[in-house]
Amino acid sequence: MTTEPVVTSAPATTTGPANTAAGSSAGAAGADTIVDAGTRGVGADVGRPDGVPKVQGRFAFSSDLWADDFLWGHTLRSPHASARILGIDIGPALATAGVHAVLLADDVPGRLTYGLEHADQPVLADGQVRYVGEPVAVVAADHPDVARRAAEAIVVNYEPTDPLTNPEAAPTAAPIHPNGNVFREINIRHGDLDATGEVVVEGTYEVGMQDQAFMGPESGLALPDDDGGVELFISTQWLHVDREQIAACLGIDEEQVRLTLAGVGGAFGAREDLSLQIHLCLLALHTGKPVKMVYSRDESFFGHVHRHPAKMWYRHHADGDGRLVKVEARIVLDGGAYASTSSAVIANASCFAAGPYKVPAAHIVGLAARTNNPPCGAMRGFGAVQTCFGHESQMDKLAAALNMDPVELRLINALDSGDRLVTGQVITGTFPVAEVIRQCAGAPAPDIPRSDDRRDLPGGSGRTTDAADTVRGTGFAVGFKNLMFSEGYDDYSSAACRVADGVATVTCACAEVGQGFVTLAQQIARTELGVDEVILAPAQTATIGSAGSSSASRQTWMSGGAVQAACRAVRDQILADVAADWGVSPDGLVLRDGLVVSLDGQQEALLAQITAGPGYEADVEYHHAPTEALDENGQGNAHVSFACAAHRVVADVDPDLGLVRIRDITTAQDVGRILNPTQAVGQIEGGTAQGVGLALMEEIVLDNGLVRNASFTDYVIPTTLDMPDVTIAAWVEEPEPDAPYGAKGIGEPPTISSSAAVAAAVRAATGLNLPRIPIRPADIALG
Amino acid sequence: MSDVVVARSLDEAREALIGQPDATVLAGGTDLMVEINRGLRRPRHVVGVAQVPELRRWHIADNRVVVGTGVTYTEMMTTSLADAAPALAQAARTVGSPPIRNAGTLGGNLGTASPAGDTLPVLAALNAEIVVTGPDGERRMGLDDFVVGVKQTSLRPGELIVAAELDRPTGRQEFLKIGPRNAMVISMAGLALVADHDARTVRCALGAVAAGIPRAHDAEAWVAERIDWDNGAAVTDAVADEFGQRVAAASSPIDDHRSTAAYRRHAVAVLATRALKRAFAPGGNGDA
Repeated sequence: MTTEPVVTSAPATTTGPANTAAGSSAGAAGADTIVDAGTRGVGADVGRPDGVPKVQGRFAFSSDLWADDFLWGHTLRSPHASARILGIDIGPALATAGVHAVLLADDVPGRLTYGLEHADQPVLADGQVRYVGEPVAVVAADHPDVARRAAEAIVVNYEPTDPLTNPEAAPTAAPIHPNGNVFREINIRHGDLDATGEVVVEGTYEVGMQDQAFMGPESGLALPDDDGGVELFISTQWLHVDREQIAACLGIDEEQVRLTLAGVGGAFGAREDLSLQIHLCLLALHTGKPVKMVYSRDESFFGHVHRHPAKMWYRHHADGDGRLVKVEARIVLDGGAYASTSSAVIANASCFAAGPYKVPAAHIVGLAARTNNPPCGAMRGFGAVQTCFGHESQMDKLAAALNMDPVELRLINALDSGDRLVTGQVITGTFPVAEVIRQCAGAPAPDIPRSDDRRDLPGGSGRTTDAADTVRGTGFAVGFKNLMFSEGYDDYSSAACRVADGVATVTCACAEVGQGFVTLAQQIARTELGVDEVILAPAQTATIGSAGSSSASRQTWMSGGAVQAACRAVRDQILADVAADWGVSPDGLVLRDGLVVSLDGQQEALLAQITAGPGYEADVEYHHAPTEALDENGQGNAHVSFACAAHRVVADVDPDLGLVRIRDITTAQDVGRILNPTQAVGQIEGGTAQGVGLALMEEIVLDNGLVRNASFTDYVIPTTLDMPDVTIAAWVEEPEPDAPYGAKGIGEPPTISSSAAVAAAVRAATGLNLPRIPIRPADIALG
Repeated sequence: MSDVVVARSLDEAREALIGQPDATVLAGGTDLMVEINRGLRRPRHVVGVAQVPELRRWHIADNRVVVGTGVTYTEMMTTSLADAAPALAQAARTVGSPPIRNAGTLGGNLGTASPAGDTLPVLAALNAEIVVTGPDGERRMGLDDFVVGVKQTSLRPGELIVAAELDRPTGRQEFLKIGPRNAMVISMAGLALVADHDARTVRCALGAVAAGIPRAHDAEAWVAERIDWDNGAAVTDAVADEFGQRVAAASSPIDDHRSTAAYRRHAVAVLATRALKRAFAPGGNGDA
């Protein structure tokens, strides 16, 4: 059997997979989530192939790259939030022994600017800097210290100007960029805007600037080739969109830029935008040598975008029974100096501003503005985190005004399949909001005695607090967001599958950023092909088309779907050939345990023999259902699918000192189906911790555009004394009809509602209003 | 590039520093290496003292504790030092993470002389005498005379910090510290308080709320008059609260990216009140 079909079945359809088990009930975490029980296929608790190497320190991250005779790059950054550049003298830097290149904006051969949605960000500052940390020059030298010192020797003559740091003032302030100061304004007008409720609550809320704080700083290695092209090994979230921007700025064809994913030390949105990619390629092409760059921890804070700080005003109207009548909101996001993904983030913030509730009327105004603060863009939750804090604070306020149980208020307003969002879109997939709320809120209340061990109390190892100094509160929150890109974006994924000699090889450019795609791709291939050995080829631009971004909780669905479709295309070819050979119908054949087997038990053959030689191959593109843009009233079927999560938090608070110790976090999540239980737990724990960080400590502190805490000394993230174990009350498994295996993305929802639930718990303990996160000790103690 | 001398005895260290008085002393490296890695310092000459046995020792006498400056935070927490100087152990526990506490030393905390140095309020409250050696021979001074400003000491060129000699009073010791999370933090406010039943004094010193490490002398004197030294009755709430206010008056905090002056002053008062109540609570110490 030596046929070698190369099938391109694009686009693959997304009808429900035949081998998905019937939907299990909510809360049924356990054996019945396994699709292929007893195998290492989909649903099984398969360990990560990169797990042990990472724990043992043997995993090669992008900062570990090495090449013969390579140079080190370094970036000179602006110390000013806003300044004109009157002149740059690179003479002293070039004269430094060991320096091979010092490049400025004039040295950029192609487009001078880049950007994910709008190319408004200079590769290197061109006469003007707009935020602290903006790259001005790049240096290549034979030692990292030499490169750093040479960069320091560059003399830049700045003329500082007053920075624009207030996003609310931005629309009417003098433009600080040729594209103006407004990235996007959204007006959602839905239902009867004159409607009013019997009960009205109003509030103003604020969210600080959070950093993704990944552990592996930006790093990469660029190698020039002999034909004017460049090869780049890089940690990123989306190889192909990097390539597109790099090629444009280098002024060469995309095919001349070949990217390979290097080991990624976390992403959380911070690697969606380019950082050092173009700089590395510029230096490599200029010097003709490999060039490596690794940002220091401090520099990393300037090397990537952050979560948008938000100011939000809300007014909720409800009837006397607590049913929402109307939600009014105004949301202002500070986008910082350049566009990044601000226009999509403000769309999300606005579309989901009312929360996962039935809201007959809504007027929501969203503004993302340009300022001289650090650029903000993608971070886990992508706009929904900020507004979740707003709408959940409002729901608690409303419950208090109605003298109603806050969980009950949420339940009677919970969205469901068939309901309409404030954008007018009808939810067609599964959306078990009420069940998620019930599972989380209904979980047994934790019995947590007040500990005598001060490490279990607020203040932890600082020994500040005794049990008698504390008060306890319980908070609850639910949030949601979209899966995949929205507003008409066709963020497809590509995958190839080859089966030869009984071994499957899967090729996909999906960036493994910790989410577990490398595990899942193998699980899918095993399930679809009945093989055990699956090789996952390197993620590269040269071997396969785009996989889209590892963001928006989309890769399990999109690249998982592409891998599934590619494997099925190969399977169908194999079965067709075998069926022809055996003179049976392919419908009577399956792939199982490395065999081709006829269901009647009459015949079987080794897959290794059937696929001996070049084997079978298929290459597919997988597209989600199309979406449409929002109209001038913010109405339209803009989103593909939705997922929600809820958190219940118990916190002990020391009100005199304003210190908080979270004692319990319980969650439930709308997951569609669980494809790998351990990886799902990891996403939920990690995402929840990131939300705890935003609620209590994580903030980039700005002072007139200057970053005051660009280090892990002063930008603090939760430790094990800040983060309790997460109790997962339930996976709420209602398979999503359009999704491969019914699985929804699960990476973002845990981050959305956890911050709001922590804030609610601290409010419940203290009785304080606490309209801002992170909640600082002074906000409680002096509140 | 730097030249590095790794001293293996106190004599070698002293000799290396006298020969190269502008050399930077490297012990655990938990401050120095951070600064070097950030490009903030580029010392030409380094004398490494981590392998100087004389600095790694401590000695506990009836009324005095001598701690070599090479003693690590972990050693302060886990050895006989923890009983002899409980507040030092409590402070050491608040420093960084286990790897940092395994490397960082008392000498490093003194040499860096940050107002947020966690052991420094303890040294001040225990009437520490700082012992240094150098070209002028041995010198001894109180912490007040050693820490002379933010990250400034009175060390002279070529001098090495050898030890801190601490009182060993009969009474409870308390160290409390506030940070932006429950462990691994730079202090936003810290406080050490020791009760000396023989001398009938209370001594209290503050961290991260002034340019130096202030002692709350006025509050100490005021409260010593109000302690029931003979019968050991608990301090009243009124006394503890007033003590807190008086201690806070000894602080002169600033607004910075870590906190505000108003919060720090408030927090110091709360910490002082609590520390006093713990130090004079009847029964157990409630240590954790």
